[in-house]
Amino acid sequence: MAVIEARRLRKAYKSTLALDAIDLTVEAGRIVGLIGPNGAGKSTALQAILGLMPFEGELKVLGRDPWNARDALMAEVCFIADVAVMPRWMRVWQALDYVEGVHPRFDRAKAEGFLAKTEIKRTSRVRELSKGMVAQLHLALVMAIDAKLLVLDEPTLGLDLLYRKAFYDSLLNDYFDGERTILVTTHQVEEIQHILTDVVFINHGRIVLDSTMEAFEDRYAELMAGPDQAATARTFNPIHERQVFGRSIFVFDGADRARLAELGEVRTPSLADVFVAVMGPVSGQERAA
Amino acid sequence: MNKVRPFYWSVRRELWENPALWVAPLAVEAVVLVGFLISSHHLPRAVANAAAGIKAAKGSGTLETPYAMAAAAVFMISFFVAIFYALGALHNERRDRSLLFWKSLPVSDRTVVLSKAAIPLLVQPVIILVIAVATQLIMLLWSTIVLAVSGGDLGYYYSHVHLPLIWMMLPYGLAVNALWDVPFYGWLILVSAWARKATFVWAIGPWLALMAFEWMAFQTFHVRDLLSSRLFGGYQLAYTIDGKTTIDTLSQVTPMRWLANPGLWIGLVVGTACFAACIHLRRRNDPI
Repeated sequence: MAVIEARRLRKAYKSTLALDAIDLTVEAGRIVGLIGPNGAGKSTALQAILGLMPFEGELKVLGRDPWNARDALMAEVCFIADVAVMPRWMRVWQALDYVEGVHPRFDRAKAEGFLAKTEIKRTSRVRELSKGMVAQLHLALVMAIDAKLLVLDEPTLGLDLLYRKAFYDSLLNDYFDGERTILVTTHQVEEIQHILTDVVFINHGRIVLDSTMEAFEDRYAELMAGPDQAATARTFNPIHERQVFGRSIFVFDGADRARLAELGEVRTPSLADVFVAVMGPVSGQERAA
Repeated sequence: MNKVRPFYWSVRRELWENPALWVAPLAVEAVVLVGFLISSHHLPRAVANAAAGIKAAKGSGTLETPYAMAAAAVFMISFFVAIFYALGALHNERRDRSLLFWKSLPVSDRTVVLSKAAIPLLVQPVIILVIAVATQLIMLLWSTIVLAVSGGDLGYYYSHVHLPLIWMMLPYGLAVNALWDVPFYGWLILVSAWARKATFVWAIGPWLALMAFEWMAFQTFHVRDLLSSRLFGGYQLAYTIDGKTTIDTLSQVTPMRWLANPGLWIGLVVGTACFAACIHLRRRNDPI
């Protein structure tokens, strides 16, 4: 059974169509990056998955309808909405007591263990902690919950580089075990590329790309070519082109790597570059052509 | 697997977030106690005068009056704390975005709303009772010491300060008042779930408008009377017999009288509807 199963999932607000009948399947044991520009429908999709919002179409998370079974679902699904949702008046020990008191799958000793590696004091209030420490606290609580699905919505927004790196490192090393499923959205695409197993691009409420990272690496190629080769490269229909230090960098969708290699240096593009290529206004015209 | 008690911990969490629920009445009682200590050097004379049948000076009341005042002070401060608590109940979590944290845990909207309703209707009455009784005990203890040291008439004092009666009547009055107040807190918490800002204005504005409208249109005061009976009628309902609201005897405990009051039942229905609406709104609420 898939962890998330969406069929023609649709959500319309008064003036906008946030989700335009998307189909999405997330299997167990995957780390999926949901990536899209602001207003693309990422948050709407996450809210629907987390049972925070009614929707049209079919959506099953761990076999349940999230809107009608949110409280049962939350025993098996965790989410970090963003860094700023921990109640500011709460003390660290209160957060531990509370989550232990309401969550059947919370392992307090584990959470205490994670916290012991930080400088967070039990008696501190959340408002007294730095942003990075609040994120550590929230992550410690969440990682101590034996959940099947973890949803992260911009979990590292506003954190400095060290905290961001530590955040994803502990997620991979201390939490992910190959059976759990993680769904993450972020604008810091470069930082999560290496941890993802799957990537989904979403724009204007539609899924633009839904691929495993292996397929992604096979499909997209980046070519760096000198001015002499640029014209030839363009005949291979690049989906994006940019100039760097007098050289042209092209992104190709499904081109023959061996033939591209004759024109210059070929690499796997970063998610960010393909993101720009697929989402950018220029690429829209080119793909239509 | 942890054994979970979502309702219990939801109530605990409310007390953590709102320490004023117990700190404010404690602070008021501390002030009341200091006042009582200061006045206690009059006590031996007051007891002697009362025993001799000499009327006390106007305004100083009977020997029992300080005990009633100590209880009244807790009632009053708790009433104001309750109003502000209820207006923030489902509003603060939206304003500070912590709603998304609470909703990430397996606690149903019904449990959350009921735990918040339980604060003014269940938890506060218990807090009031405990603090009022403790204060009265301290007062009694201090009076006993003062009278014993000064050679006052302890027997007369004890027979004229009816604390056991007060301690039986207090929980009874608190319980009746809580039932009577269900629609009042239902309305306030509903406003806190619905209004995006200025919850206090939304809570009283419609009623002020209705009052003004009624007077302009018909020169009557039905809305005002309804409100004041809802705000202050609970204890009256519990204690008043034949127009008297003093607490004299246990025979005033007559549940059939207030159980037969249709206003109580209408209030319970309206209050329940408000809380049902709160659950419906909580489910759809976003941070603001």
